[in-house]
Amino acid sequence: MPGFDFSNYNRNAALHARGVPLPKATSTGTTIVGCIYDKGVVIAADTRATSGPIVADKNCEKLHYIAPKIWCAGAGTAADTEFTTALISSNVELHSLSTGRDPRVITCMTMLKQHLFRYQGHIGAYLVVAGVDPTGTGLYTVHAHGSTDKLPYVTMGSGSLAAMSVFESTWQPDLDRQGAIDICAEAIKAGIFNDLGSGSNVDVCVIEKDQPTQLLRNYMKPNDRPQKERNYRFQRGTTAYLDQRVISKEDMKKYVTIETLSGDDNLAAGDNMEVDS
Amino acid sequence: MDHFPGTWGRVGGTKSPNLASLLTSPQPRNDVYGAYDASYLQTSGPKAHTSSPAVTGTSVVGVKFNGGVAIATDNLASYGSLARFSDVKRLRSFGDKAMVGFGGDVSDMQYLDRLLESMDIKENYSAHGNMLNAKNLHTYLAKVFYKRRSEFNPLWNHVLVAGFDGQGEPFLSSADLLGTTFSAPHLATGFGAHLAVPILRRKFPEELPLEEVTQEAAVEALKECMKVLFYRDARSIDKYSIAVITKDGIDLKEDEQIQGQSWAFAERIKGYGAQVV
Amino acid sequence: MTSLIGQSENIGYSFSEPTSANVKQHSFYPYTDNGGSTLGITGSDFAILAGDTRSTSGYNINSRMVPKVFKIGGDDETGDGAQILLSVVGFAADGNALKEKLDTVVKMYKYQHGKPMSVSACAQRLSTILYEKRFFPYYVHAILAGLDEEGVGALYSYDPVGSYEREQCRAAGAASSLIMPFLDNQVNFKNQYVPGSGEGHALEPVKAEPLPKETVKALVRDAFTSAVERHIEVGDGLQLMIITREGIEEIYHPLKKD
Repeated sequence: MPGFDFSNYNRNAALHARGVPLPKATSTGTTIVGCIYDKGVVIAADTRATSGPIVADKNCEKLHYIAPKIWCAGAGTAADTEFTTALISSNVELHSLSTGRDPRVITCMTMLKQHLFRYQGHIGAYLVVAGVDPTGTGLYTVHAHGSTDKLPYVTMGSGSLAAMSVFESTWQPDLDRQGAIDICAEAIKAGIFNDLGSGSNVDVCVIEKDQPTQLLRNYMKPNDRPQKERNYRFQRGTTAYLDQRVISKEDMKKYVTIETLSGDDNLAAGDNMEVDS
Repeated sequence: MDHFPGTWGRVGGTKSPNLASLLTSPQPRNDVYGAYDASYLQTSGPKAHTSSPAVTGTSVVGVKFNGGVAIATDNLASYGSLARFSDVKRLRSFGDKAMVGFGGDVSDMQYLDRLLESMDIKENYSAHGNMLNAKNLHTYLAKVFYKRRSEFNPLWNHVLVAGFDGQGEPFLSSADLLGTTFSAPHLATGFGAHLAVPILRRKFPEELPLEEVTQEAAVEALKECMKVLFYRDARSIDKYSIAVITKDGIDLKEDEQIQGQSWAFAERIKGYGAQVV
Repeated sequence: MTSLIGQSENIGYSFSEPTSANVKQHSFYPYTDNGGSTLGITGSDFAILAGDTRSTSGYNINSRMVPKVFKIGGDDETGDGAQILLSVVGFAADGNALKEKLDTVVKMYKYQHGKPMSVSACAQRLSTILYEKRFFPYYVHAILAGLDEEGVGALYSYDPVGSYEREQCRAAGAASSLIMPFLDNQVNFKNQYVPGSGEGHALEPVKAEPLPKETVKALVRDAFTSAVERHIEVGDGLQLMIITREGIEEIYHPLKKD
């Protein structure tokens, strides 16, 4: 398996010794939870990503796809959760193809822990792995150092204590589907409102035997932004410039090929940014 | 008597002492024990202050209700990770309508206890009787903490003060070793700030008027918090003290046992991964 | 019997012998950061001071209702009669100590001189109070507000050791780096030019003029709702104090609690 490239290690150590600060990684100072119920398992996450005290993303996705019936919630260093789950997802798929069977949660969890253990905690991924497979329902936590845990309800991230307080005071055995969704959402909300590293919305993923997996993106939005009071649109010409040059479409065609698409607004993918009107 | 600490325990050695050497002053055996480490005899240098706590108490939890305040602590004093004393009372009454709950260093707690005791006695001898309410007491304690931190000689505690203010309204406020103060309808110190506060904020939202929080609900919530803290705080114990302060006075119970624990879920857990038996 | 001197030479020991042994270092750090942000803006006949009401330690919310803006020199309980406002953000215990000290000074001034302290005098005194603790500073960013001798809004901002300046507007605290550029642009119209007034360097900058009170209030609310979106330590509530010739008006707005 290809590993990391350490060829810049000495250069970076020398730079660091001379006072160059280390780059700051975006971390998902996070609340993530998981809970099993009679027919399946639910995982949930908040949607705030932070860089120090600054909110880097107000609506990020912390629920990662591994296989159709195995999903993973990630806390810790955003890039590490992203790449680790993507890598294991690929390997799980290859493994499933090679064996001709549906992938199992325990396989995925073992691959994750062995990968993370090899890197001795330097890959800062803290994960909740959940899914259903031919052996039944699985719910695990995997820590960055490679240790794992198997429990009926789990929490992780900076909001894990706030979330755990909900489970420890309201969880009961033999929950049904809606009961599990409710307790997970409530636990995430405890993280959102009590932990500064967590915030914005609640994402939920429900995995059940013989049912398509449901990703309930923004299942709850308890933190809508209030309307701004003033209009911050500037009059045309407000910004100073020293020089201007107008390049017409005809001139552009000398250098690049231009293809005009239909004016369908729906073609623009992705979330719409909020814009002053 | 040998008056030279430099030779204490450093005579003798491999050679068996003969009578002649016992009659003369003993010579230190530097060849056996190495040069004496004189740094142990240092008399200069800074005065020693509490720079880390030794015997400590964990969380204090408090909540206001319609007509009073309830406050609870467990009865454990830890020495590092050792559960050293299991019947330490960390709730202290002041006058007949104020309580202080102590977290942090137990010796500093006992110092403050004596300080408050002497103040209480002095107050009682004064012409007006004891006039200090919980709010005055909190202001006083916060100033003691702030003065001591400014002298770099902190009292290593985090306390909650519960009772009534000058208007006879329920009062609950916190003060810590730095002199930081804040108040809220529900407060907790230590681990309780992470685990108990989310429970209390969920049960009694800040915007809920105090008139709608009954004494029974507040006491039940505190008991629930003590249970969750016992589940998840490794420095806690299942014996606790709880005080309810109302206009009628203080109802203090110091030998309570956490009720209704549920460890049944543990029977279904097998290992941390693939283990099934 | 060996002599004392002989023995002490022999074993090389002495109580007073200087040693290079490591003196145990204090691990006590007397400061903490309680987060939050404050902001002040002046107009031709008013001054506004605002602050959020969240108190934090680490990733925890201590309380959702801890005021950062105080009336100075007024009644102990109600603050009535005050003509000066102070906001403090940073280490809350130092902030409180500073507030109480300034409050006492302003009250003593009134008792001794029989007239209220002017804002400019109070501003100079606050600077002195801060510098008195130059080598163990009050870890706070203070903003002082009131009306000057002409009745014009006056705002003074301070660093932790007493350097101060009178300004039109100032943001302090956790989200100051988010709010201050917004204020530069919207209050002092920095980087804004009059459209069509010239080309290149000849373009005429938009001139800053005192803004009306309602506009300033809206700007303050927008500054805070925006800071709440992007700074984790700002939120819960917004406390606004507006000082005019008629007195001090206090307004509270809820902010997001996540």
